[in-house]
Amino acid sequence: MSAVTGAGLVRKPQDGGAAHGADHPRGAHGTFKGYLTGFVLSVILTAIPFWLVMGDVLKDTFMTGIVIMAFAAVQIVVHMIYFLHMNTKSEGGWTFMALAFTLTLVVITLVGSIWVMYHLDQNMMPMSPHEALQKP
Amino acid sequence: MHEVTAPPGATAPVFYEREEHAHGDGGTLIGFWIYLMGDSLIFAVLFATFGVLGRNYAAGPSGADLFDLRLVAVNTGLLLLSSITYGFAMLEMDKDRIDTTLRWLVVTGLFGAAFLGIELYEFTHLIREGATPQRSAFLSAFFTLVGTHGLHVTFGIVWLVTLMVQVRRLGLIDDNQRRLLCLSMFWHFLDVVWIGVFTFVYLMGAMR
Repeated sequence: MSAVTGAGLVRKPQDGGAAHGADHPRGAHGTFKGYLTGFVLSVILTAIPFWLVMGDVLKDTFMTGIVIMAFAAVQIVVHMIYFLHMNTKSEGGWTFMALAFTLTLVVITLVGSIWVMYHLDQNMMPMSPHEALQKP
Repeated sequence: MHEVTAPPGATAPVFYEREEHAHGDGGTLIGFWIYLMGDSLIFAVLFATFGVLGRNYAAGPSGADLFDLRLVAVNTGLLLLSSITYGFAMLEMDKDRIDTTLRWLVVTGLFGAAFLGIELYEFTHLIREGATPQRSAFLSAFFTLVGTHGLHVTFGIVWLVTLMVQVRRLGLIDDNQRRLLCLSMFWHFLDVVWIGVFTFVYLMGAMR
């Protein structure tokens, strides 16, 4: 917390000293209930994709792929909120800003690479593994 | 610093802080968060590499031939359990209880070590079957991605043990609380990356 500077001079944070500096507000590192909620949700969100794949429930590889990717996305959000205590307020919004920026880069990297390389692959001359071995 | 002399009889002037500045933790937590964001870019690149090369088996084994999903499910459970036990350690830290904090940290470390043990068992098993990183582009990308995650967990455990020694020697002083907070972010972050690994690499790989 900021020290009192000068005689008879009182400094107060405008928000009443709630979320500042080393004095973390109660529950800043989560609550028991929060961790438990996150854990139960994660177990459910993990168990369903494993069940879908191991039991071959949907009988359709493409559909299963889409569904388990969606489950993974939801579980990542659950972990961010309940375990990493992500919100739009902490550090004046800069943690969220950094996260949003990173997510943008991650999406560009993943989608861009797979998209470009897929088309490159399509435009290559077909070659068997045996032919590839004979190449200089 | 300058002196402000209030006129006699008047109440002391009150200055309101309008901007966020000079955090008590010296900005370590936001800095560490930005490191984690950089780390997720490393993983993004490795995931992209795996996404591109993941089907290039070079007439070798595919994920469906190699992966034992029961083992991966156990590993996922272990990492998830270690995440919540670390959370419990942080709750005990908030209550200034050194012994229970250390106990939960030990449990977290054991779960992490069990995770690593199973992963190393899987790797040695694959290599003994001839599925080495040199075998195909798929296996190179697989070992690089999963291995990098495993390396992170290894360093996380080293860090965890270091902090347990620190807490035992110095107690839950401010510095140690800040260090434990950084490690908690690191540990939960690794669990988030693992969600991507078991979905994108193992589950999708086993279906092909």
